[in-house]
Amino acid sequence: MAHLFFGYFAGMIAITSVLVVALRNPVYSALSLLVMFFHVAGLYVTLHAEFLAAVQVIVYAGAILVLYLFVVMLLNVKRDDRYHSQWRIAAFICIPLSIEFLVLLSGDFGAAHREPASLPVEPLASDNTLAIGQTLFSTYLFPFEVASLILLVAMVGAIVLAKRDISENEAKNMNRVSGAQ
Amino acid sequence: MTVPVSYYVILSAIVFLTGVVGVLIRRNIIAILLSVELMLNATNINFVAFSDHLQDLSGQVFVFFALTVAAAEVAVGLAIIIALHRSKSTINVEEFNLLKW
Repeated sequence: MAHLFFGYFAGMIAITSVLVVALRNPVYSALSLLVMFFHVAGLYVTLHAEFLAAVQVIVYAGAILVLYLFVVMLLNVKRDDRYHSQWRIAAFICIPLSIEFLVLLSGDFGAAHREPASLPVEPLASDNTLAIGQTLFSTYLFPFEVASLILLVAMVGAIVLAKRDISENEAKNMNRVSGAQ
Repeated sequence: MTVPVSYYVILSAIVFLTGVVGVLIRRNIIAILLSVELMLNATNINFVAFSDHLQDLSGQVFVFFALTVAAAEVAVGLAIIIALHRSKSTINVEEFNLLKW
C-alpha cells in the first residue's frame, strides 16, 4: 500500500516537474508546478510530516505560486523561443551531472544503500505539529529569529526594487526645480 | 512495509536534475525561477525522507527554513524581474547583458 502511494506521488512529481521545464507557456509551467506542489504535500503526509504538508499547500501553492501567476499576468509575456543559444554548454554541464547521479545511485557505495548510523532512535511523537513547535522554539530558536529577519529584509528589498515612484518622483522634483530656475 | 529511503533519493535527484536543466536551457526568466523552485522542492523531499528514516525532527525544521528562504527569494526575484521588464520591456535572459564584459 505504501509502495502504491509512493509510486503514484513519485510518478506525478516526476512528470509534472518535466512539464514545468518543457512547456512553452509560463502560465502552464506555473500550473503544472502547482500540481507538483500538491503531490509533494501528499508525499509529506505519507512520510508522517502532516504539518509540513499543510505548510507546503498554504505557503507554496497558496502564496508563492499566486505571486508567480500574478507577475506572469502583469508582464503579459508573449510566447517566445523556448531554449536559448547556449544549450550546448548546458548539455556539457548536465551530462556529467547525470552520469554522476547514476554512478552514485547504482553502486554499492551509494549513500542511499547505507544503513542509518547508530543514533539513539526514539519514535517520533504522534503529534507532529506539537513536536515541531517544541523543536523550533527550543533548539532552533536563534535560526528562527534569523529567518524572520530574512523575511523582513526580503520584504523591504522587494518594495524598493519594484516601486516605480521612488526614483521617478525625485526626477520630477529635479525637473521642477530646474524649470523654475 | 515501508518504502526504502533510496527511492526518495532517486526521486529527489530526478527532480533536482530537471531543475538544473531548466535553469540552464530556458530563456524565459520566469521559467528559470520556476526551475529554481523545483530544485528547492527536491532538497525538501530529501530532508523529509531522511527525517522519517532517522526518526529525527531536525530535517523537518530545516525544510521550514528552506521554505522561508524560498519565499524571500521569490519576492526579491520577482521584484527584480519587474524592474528589468520596466527598463528593457523583455524577460528574455539573452537581452540582459549589461554586466557582461
